[in-house]
Amino acid sequence: MTMKQCLLALCAGIATVCAAQAGAVTLTIATVNNGDMIRMQKLAGEFTRQHSDIELRWVTLEENLLRQRVTIDVATQGGQYDVVTVGNYEVPIWAAQDWLVPLEDLGEDFARDDLLPAIDDSLSHDGKLYAAPFYAESALTMYRTDLFERAGLAMPESPTWKFIRKAAERITDRENGVYGICLRGKAGWGENMAFVSTLAHSWGARWFDMQWRPQLQSRGWQAAVSFYVDLLKKYGPPGASTNGFNENLALFQAGKCGMWIDASVAAAFVSDPRQSTVSDDVGFALFPSRGTLENHGNWLWAWSFVIPSASENIEAAKSFVAWATGKSYMQLVAAESGWADVPPGTRQSLYSSAEYRQAAPFAGIVLQAIEAANTRHPSEQAVPYVGGNFVSIAPYQGIGTVVGQQISAAVAGQISTRQALANAQYIAEREMTRARYLD
Amino acid sequence: MASTHTGATARLMLSPAVALLLLWMAVPLAMTLWYSLHDYQLLMPRGNDFVGLENYVYFLTDPAFFQSLANTFALLAGVLAITVIGGVGLALLLDRPMHGQGIVRLLVVSPFFVMPTVSALVWKNMFMNPVNGLFAWIAQVFGMRAIDWLAEAPLLSLTLMVAWGWLPFATLILLTALQSLDAEQKEAAEMDGANAFARFIHITLPHLARAIAVVILIQTIFLLSLFAEILVTTNGGPGTQSTNLAYLVYSQTLLRFDVGSASAGGMVAVVLANILAIFLMRLVGKNLER
Amino acid sequence: MARASDNRHKLLVTSVAWVVALAIFFPILWTVLTSFKTEGAAVAIPPQFLFFDWTTQNYAEVWARTDYLRHFTNSVVISVGSSLLGLFIAIPAAWSLAFSPTRRTRGVLMWMLSTKMLPAVGVLVPIYLLFKSAGLLDTRTGLVIVLMLSNLPIMVWMLFTYFKEIPRDILEAARMDGATPGRELLYILAPMALPGIASTLLLNVILAWNESFWTLNLTAASTGSLTAFIASFSAPEGLFYAKLSAASTLAIAPIVVLGWLSQKQLVRGLTFGAVK
Repeated sequence: MTMKQCLLALCAGIATVCAAQAGAVTLTIATVNNGDMIRMQKLAGEFTRQHSDIELRWVTLEENLLRQRVTIDVATQGGQYDVVTVGNYEVPIWAAQDWLVPLEDLGEDFARDDLLPAIDDSLSHDGKLYAAPFYAESALTMYRTDLFERAGLAMPESPTWKFIRKAAERITDRENGVYGICLRGKAGWGENMAFVSTLAHSWGARWFDMQWRPQLQSRGWQAAVSFYVDLLKKYGPPGASTNGFNENLALFQAGKCGMWIDASVAAAFVSDPRQSTVSDDVGFALFPSRGTLENHGNWLWAWSFVIPSASENIEAAKSFVAWATGKSYMQLVAAESGWADVPPGTRQSLYSSAEYRQAAPFAGIVLQAIEAANTRHPSEQAVPYVGGNFVSIAPYQGIGTVVGQQISAAVAGQISTRQALANAQYIAEREMTRARYLD
Repeated sequence: MASTHTGATARLMLSPAVALLLLWMAVPLAMTLWYSLHDYQLLMPRGNDFVGLENYVYFLTDPAFFQSLANTFALLAGVLAITVIGGVGLALLLDRPMHGQGIVRLLVVSPFFVMPTVSALVWKNMFMNPVNGLFAWIAQVFGMRAIDWLAEAPLLSLTLMVAWGWLPFATLILLTALQSLDAEQKEAAEMDGANAFARFIHITLPHLARAIAVVILIQTIFLLSLFAEILVTTNGGPGTQSTNLAYLVYSQTLLRFDVGSASAGGMVAVVLANILAIFLMRLVGKNLER
Repeated sequence: MARASDNRHKLLVTSVAWVVALAIFFPILWTVLTSFKTEGAAVAIPPQFLFFDWTTQNYAEVWARTDYLRHFTNSVVISVGSSLLGLFIAIPAAWSLAFSPTRRTRGVLMWMLSTKMLPAVGVLVPIYLLFKSAGLLDTRTGLVIVLMLSNLPIMVWMLFTYFKEIPRDILEAARMDGATPGRELLYILAPMALPGIASTLLLNVILAWNESFWTLNLTAASTGSLTAFIASFSAPEGLFYAKLSAASTLAIAPIVVLGWLSQKQLVRGLTFGAVK
């Protein structure tokens, strides 16, 4: 303790204290570096025009770095950020620790009852909303209509995994650099595990039984992961084990993938002629199921804004959050860059807008996928958790990361699927014991 | 009188640096030690109880622990081998008269100035990417299969990447040492009829021993805590094949937010670093003695 | 006859050296070239080396998206500040180690160096908590202190090895004339040691400029340096090679140019006692 005081004294001695600008409030906002967020930053001049007393400062980071930085800060009550971008994984966990400000009275324009019920539910804790969704997504099958036509295939609206495999086989044309299927392989709980977890749920498998014992060596997991590894090895692009969302998006846009099963937010990017070379030949279908089960895996993700309780500018932060996620922001984006660019997946009013439906031909299927996502019952088996593309418990980040590494190694051909799952099970049990879910 | 006076002044002058370093070492170290004995999970706050050595047991039994240890040394050995051998070769080359020597030197030293994160991003995306990378294209031209560098040979790829950044440093130090080699000595050996190889072995190499020792010491200091390159390129994978000790500690801190076990890992790394330091100092220190 | 063979030999050395040098420099060159391509041309196969439509659009986009100048200023302040502050502490320390050696001198030096081998991430949370209570999070002052401390061992050692080369007779003579240690340092040692000090300063500016752990983890909006600038470009959506290259070029250009301009200075002191 005396040591600490010494250092504090030392620091204070050397420190030249930067006085805060008098009068105006400066909001520090941490966001992820994706297209919608960057567009929002560009449009934020509108907000500062309305609130001349508020100044905005951005910290734009790649997803993993962002998560690390804000988690440390929020968990230590560091107070460096006034508004933080997180997913629906963090929200209930953080809210339970009282690290977040409940978002009540965000104003008329925000209109909580306009939010899609599945989204509202995933961002609430004890009935109170703790995060305002900026955009939300489920998962879809995206495919190339031209390649399907040439191969004499017809994509059903609700494909089965069996069909996907057959189609991947028929479309793969390595000579010409066309790979039947692109899937996430890059290790990470928000990368390959988002897909694998959804896949396993659609296969009828579950992460934990009702006593929180990991089930990674169960028959469902074995079958689902073997299927995935085999599919990618045979019909996937080279380097699949290091491809994440961004890499696959680039591959699909460059015309190298016959199918790509991933987050529904990609639908807008692959159909945008300004960035995609195949925009005219893209079709959409639901996330595949196993056929006998009407379960599409229950992927649900919402990039949302939260206000850490350590923030000193809660009122100003609220007005920013209400602006960025409110109804009039949708109108603003539509006016500035077109309806197709409006952040999707959060509001009923967006999907009932005729202009949006026309500008975004994929709107219907995205809505269908989001509404179908049931995160309270992701698997046909009983589960003690909420989730789909993740499991909403604190130790999941660690477990998902390590399991993701193992499965990625299996995709890279370094170990067998059986071995990967055995390792994964061992690590998951270890982590759950450490987190005191298990004895 | 004069000597005690200067002795006291000398201690006084040394003290700020030592005191600061002591603080820098001792304060975080004491905190780390304290946390390593407590149950401190950022995401699951539950009273921070004293748990004895539980964190150490947990960290040391991590399935990736021994591999990370081996990887740490493999990376160290690989980069040192490339930079020392390559550095000696480059230094010998650059020491010769040539046209445009100034520019050649500028080109060779440049990688040392490049941010490790930038270099890792560039190597990963523009060279080693199996679809769009330059290496894939070269393989294609020669009718070979494109290698997925970061998945198939993660440690080798990392070694090459890191060695690229440190090669100029080794070259510079070795070149300076080479230039101080007595011209007379060289000529005398030449007169004796020793061939180029014999001259290199018996005169040049012993002369460079000191410089090589310095290169090894300085690079070891930086390479033991090698981290940014791994984070940007392989994330320690596939599996844990490119996880080193620093990355393992990172995964405890920033992926699991388990401060207790990360602190235990930090302490383990401290102990290992000090063992290695003692060993290195013995080895290198001898060479640095006058 | 001998001259002709000498010339041929020189030509051979020249061509080998240029090939090797260009190969080593190639990744940097390729990054700069790619930064002037369109995203499509950046991934074209076969790769386009010089004959493509040159465009500065990537720079315009990078410039519009982030506040480059603020990141740049932060990098300059943090790297130069920490190096200067470090010099103030390291010079006296190295001086006393070099000129009043004791039995423990070697031990002190080696201990200082070993502090650099710890993985920084292991002490992140303790440092974060300390910084939080000292109000140093996201301040330049905080970063200057941390980077100064983490590079101090290298500075002390580099200066120590340089000071040791200075002939002691001169100091003896000065002491005879009754110079105090302070004057001795200021008027005799400093001018002689200037090249060593300059190159220590340069090396540490480079190390601090390229430091990517503390500069990323202890900053938020106001003090992010160029490493944070790069972090916001590392994985955007879709094709991004050209934009990444432009951002990379912007991040490394200042320090590479500084390195080139001062290469002679840097090399003169960069011996770490390797040369007797």
